Amino acid sequence: MKPLRVEGLTKEFRLGLGRQRVMALDRLDLEVEPGEIFGFLGHNGAGKTTTIKLLLGLLFPTAGRAWILERPIEEVAVKQHVGFLPESPYFYEYLTAEEFLTFYGQLFGLGGQSLVKKIDELLAMVSLADARHLPLRKFSKGMLQRIGLAQALINDPQVVILDEPMSGLDPIGRRDVRDIILHLKDEGKTIFFSTHILPDVEMICDRVGILVKGQLRAVGAVHELVGTTAVTSVEILVERLAEVGIRKAEELGGKVVRRGDQVLIKLDDEHKVDQVLDLIRRHAGRLVSLVPHKRSLEDLFLKETAEVGRT
Amino acid sequence: MNRITVIALNTFRETLRDKILYNLVFFGLLLIGSSILLSTLTIGEQVKIIEDIGLASINLFGVIIAIFVGIGLVSKEIEKRTIFTIIAKPVPRYLFLLGKYSGLALTLLVNVGIMAAGFFLTILVSKAGLHLALLKAIGLIFMELLVITAVAVMFSTFTTPTLSATFTLAIYVIGHLTDDLKVLGAKMGESLTKTILDGLYYLLPNLDYFNVKGQAVHGLPIEPSYLVSAATYGIAYSTMLLILACLIFQRRDFK
Ligand SMILES: Nc1ncnc2c1ncn2[C@@H]1O[C@H](COP(=O)(O)OP(=O)(O)OP(=O)(O)O)[C@@H](O)[C@H]1O
Ligand SMILES: [Mg+2]
Repeated sequence: MKPLRVEGLTKEFRLGLGRQRVMALDRLDLEVEPGEIFGFLGHNGAGKTTTIKLLLGLLFPTAGRAWILERPIEEVAVKQHVGFLPESPYFYEYLTAEEFLTFYGQLFGLGGQSLVKKIDELLAMVSLADARHLPLRKFSKGMLQRIGLAQALINDPQVVILDEPMSGLDPIGRRDVRDIILHLKDEGKTIFFSTHILPDVEMICDRVGILVKGQLRAVGAVHELVGTTAVTSVEILVERLAEVGIRKAEELGGKVVRRGDQVLIKLDDEHKVDQVLDLIRRHAGRLVSLVPHKRSLEDLFLKETAEVGRT
Repeated sequence: MNRITVIALNTFRETLRDKILYNLVFFGLLLIGSSILLSTLTIGEQVKIIEDIGLASINLFGVIIAIFVGIGLVSKEIEKRTIFTIIAKPVPRYLFLLGKYSGLALTLLVNVGIMAAGFFLTILVSKAGLHLALLKAIGLIFMELLVITAVAVMFSTFTTPTLSATFTLAIYVIGHLTDDLKVLGAKMGESLTKTILDGLYYLLPNLDYFNVKGQAVHGLPIEPSYLVSAATYGIAYSTMLLILACLIFQRRDFK
């Protein structure tokens, strides 16, 4: 059973009364496997939030369909098993953390002692136990993000959909959220989250999808997409290399940067490394460091989104 | 607890934590109480003045609460995006709307109750007699508030808080002039204007239907059958508005 399946999902916005249209999401096809952490990547305005809002029934698609736990998303009852954290969440300011979670629990038909226990657990999990009686009006951005995560988990959801769960958090907060997501995976839940914080994705995602201008460009495991061994460039730092040696290194295709009596040689072809090392030995240089650069998710992301440019 | 009740009670709690509400009720009570002072300035008719001012205050402040607290309930949720997480819960959209409406109705009931208590207290203090007609008048004021709230909720499903407030206020004012629309239409003879005026007459709520304040103050009889028909009209009209509101709400995008 696929926790999430999307077929040809499309959303077009009309701006104003004119005929101007924005294709926010263009025929998205996607399947998320049970128990996996799926990272949904994309530049600003790529269509991540639009996709998530379509899945939760906040927007209606122009075309296409989607299923959560094999049930069409139009069925309100599927949401019994879904948790959702919106982008930069806003909640009822006049409620305290505890009242807020109680209210949301009751919307799932929960109540009584089991709800009280669940709320205790969740507040501890997101480190807000001390803020239990504080009205949400007085919460900081990061605290709102945390209580948002707690409300998303109040119903013990099988599928958790998070829109930029790490945004607005300090490094500790980000680590906590990463740990929570991993913990949810251990409990057998499926997590679908959008982000543009790439190191987090590389660290915890089983698979990622890269969205560019509303179209899915790539989807797969991080190591499949990036390649584990492919070295894209090598940087060699040398001391006291004779001028002849530097010239020869340049002839081999290396880019040379001088820093005092040190020289940084950057090679795009790793097969030339041996030749450069020979040069260094012959021309009295001393090797300081040699750093191979692997292709990272960031490179892939930058390559895929290259045409987007700055807006 | 069923989900409408959960949302209604939360809405009720929301309004109770709104400072504006207390200010409004406070001024309402102040006005009702001050009628004693005002009545001493006139000769005779003192009881009528107290009753007049009291009923008018309950009506006025009820309407202000219904519009200004009521509007915020749905359109502010959309504007502040608190609605996102609610829609993502297993709660059909129409239940959310009905819960909000019920919660506000409860708020209005409590507030009208408080102002009515203040009113009756004022009457007792001034040694005038309480009579049932006053209660009937207050009952119909509440009915009017239910209709206005339905109007407010309907508008706030698709416009901004400011526009909803403006439209609702406009409907409230015109709603008290619908008889004039009819009279005006009759004078027009057969014309497009007449058709439009007649159309508006039937489309807009006839809020004067709920106004028996004059009869109550002057001791004229208010027949039970009139109460029943006014209440039926109010409930039917509100129901239609809420159905319309649900239909709009059910299909809209939350951007
Ligand atoms: N209500 C709207 N009306 C018109 N266009 C919209 C609307 N909402 C989003 N868009 C457009 O749809 C596209 C996708 O927006 P979306 O919010 O889904 O991006 P995103 O990937 O979540 O970006 P970010 O990383 O900045 O959150 C953008 O071009 C945006 O301008
Ligand atoms: Mg977004």
